[in-house]
Amino acid sequence: MSQQLINAISLGAVYALIALGYTMVYGVLRLINFAHGEVFMVGAFVGLAALTVFHLPFAVAVLVAMAGAALLGLIIERGAYRPLRSAPRLAALITAIGISLLLQNLGMLVLGAAPRAYPPAIDATPIGWLEEHAGVVVTRQQVVILVATAAILVGLSLIVSRTKIGKAMRAVSEDRQAAQLMGINVDRVIAFTFSLGSAIAGAGGVFYGVYYGTADPLMGLMPGIKAFVAAVLGGIGSVPGAMLGALLMALVETGVSSVTLRVSPSLTLTGSTLRDAVAFAVLIVILLLRPAGLLGRPGREKV
Amino acid sequence: MSAPSPWHHYLPRLGLYLGIGALLLAVSVGLPHVLNAYLIQILVLAACNIVLAVGLNLINGVAGQFSIGHAGFMALGAYVTAWLSVTYGKRWLGAFDGQAVEPVLVAAYLVVLMPIGGLTAALGGLLVGLPSLRLRGDYLAIATLGFGEIIRVLLLNLEAVGGATGLRGIPQCSSLFLVLGAAVVAVAVMRNLGGSVHGRSLLAIREDETAAEALGIDCAHAKTSAFVIGAFFAGVAGCLYAHYTQFIHPRSFDFMKSIELVLIVVLGGGSLRNVVLAAIAITLLPEGLRLVKDMAHLSFDPRMVIYSALLIAVMLIRRERVLQAVAPRRKGGESAA
Repeated sequence: MSQQLINAISLGAVYALIALGYTMVYGVLRLINFAHGEVFMVGAFVGLAALTVFHLPFAVAVLVAMAGAALLGLIIERGAYRPLRSAPRLAALITAIGISLLLQNLGMLVLGAAPRAYPPAIDATPIGWLEEHAGVVVTRQQVVILVATAAILVGLSLIVSRTKIGKAMRAVSEDRQAAQLMGINVDRVIAFTFSLGSAIAGAGGVFYGVYYGTADPLMGLMPGIKAFVAAVLGGIGSVPGAMLGALLMALVETGVSSVTLRVSPSLTLTGSTLRDAVAFAVLIVILLLRPAGLLGRPGREKV
Repeated sequence: MSAPSPWHHYLPRLGLYLGIGALLLAVSVGLPHVLNAYLIQILVLAACNIVLAVGLNLINGVAGQFSIGHAGFMALGAYVTAWLSVTYGKRWLGAFDGQAVEPVLVAAYLVVLMPIGGLTAALGGLLVGLPSLRLRGDYLAIATLGFGEIIRVLLLNLEAVGGATGLRGIPQCSSLFLVLGAAVVAVAVMRNLGGSVHGRSLLAIREDETAAEALGIDCAHAKTSAFVIGAFFAGVAGCLYAHYTQFIHPRSFDFMKSIELVLIVVLGGGSLRNVVLAAIAITLLPEGLRLVKDMAHLSFDPRMVIYSALLIAVMLIRRERVLQAVAPRRKGGESAA
């Protein structure tokens, strides 16, 4: 049980890193950035290149991946979302889906569809002391990922709550027009938010690759969707909500993985298939029962 | 003498229907002599896509509800009817094997089967339509995506319909006549619906739901019925598709199929005629690409790259006029949902 909990927390950390980008972008732009999972994927591949081609140390590779992902986020925002800012939301949504598919398929075109091995950049052997005394297997890898994630989250909340640009981000997400009238350069704030969210997802991509040992062009799809569900579950637009949602999603997923559900003699759902379906089921339930999410503010529809 | 009988009113229309039917019959009997089997197959797939696309157009284009799980409805219709055919229909039809009445019976069988597939999918449409009462825009899109994926995962695990190996041995009951007929009926229904009170209510909801509600339109009912009708046609198309290709797999109804349909509707820009043209064009596109691929010896299917690039390009070019919707100008501008 405690073993499952530890695995769930490691997975939840990666989900949280992706979910934060969704929630931040939604906060300032009211747009679900469908391409976010692909930013995560590109981050993983930039990190892979840094580790295997340039033989950089792990910490530097993470930073390089963050920079690469941030650049991609900036390009996406500038090229596709900014021209559509005054267009109906539907246009931006369809474009977001289009970009997501474009990146996936360009990835397959350039890199091939086969998964690539990710080097075990951090020692993956269990920490003996914990195994002996607590009976749980915790690898050094998991510890490093958790600590790095915690550091990124603390850094992010410091940026959002203590810096000038963080204040501007909060103002824009509160009321974009009013923020503009107060002299805030909204374009710059949105671009910054995009690159910040993308950078965090890029770091998540490297952690994910190291944790599971592979990377492929479609790797962003399911983690992207699950992180999105996590963001909605926690209340989209809320940073602590995204972290809570990510942890809950990971717990549900880890719990479901070991379950085999026999609905009828001919319909048996194994954990691995159930895992993906359950994310959507959680999403639909939460949207129907509490669309604002757990920590979100219930928004009134403005007329 | 007696009052003019209602027949005077209906006769010209009946004549029109019979004329269209006769034309279709002539075309479907004549074409196989002119075109080879490959071209006929493309024609059948195009007609299926037309049925699917006009249904999705009602949901996405007319009512302005954004659904990206339309392939899920198609899967429902395809799997239920295919399962019926494999377990019961095939044996029943086999009894008439080789007899003179067989072609007529096969056609009649499919005509009965089509509404069954349609109604199954419509039930799914009702299930998805209900959340649309609470969800808007992006959230509704995600919910429909989730619905499509859940259907696919369930089918992948349902051994009774083949699971991950797919369902084979479906009798080939679809004929060019029936498929073209279904496409004509679907377009005609949508055309008439568009001008009706119901169609105009949906348009009003697309433009401004609050105003529509204030005008006395029952938005809940209208939105749900758009989903139900759109899903019905998807189910019919699924039935036709399954009984033409004789093999279905959950993969045939994945997210990519839904996106293909969204692309058709987006390219059609809300007009029924353009949606039909876009459906034909998008059916032809992969075939054309296949030629290019063979010539250039590409090992990769470039279809999705082109689909996604097309989607982005259309959006960036049309901007304000997606699906011909007038961008709603509201107080507070962008904060409005």
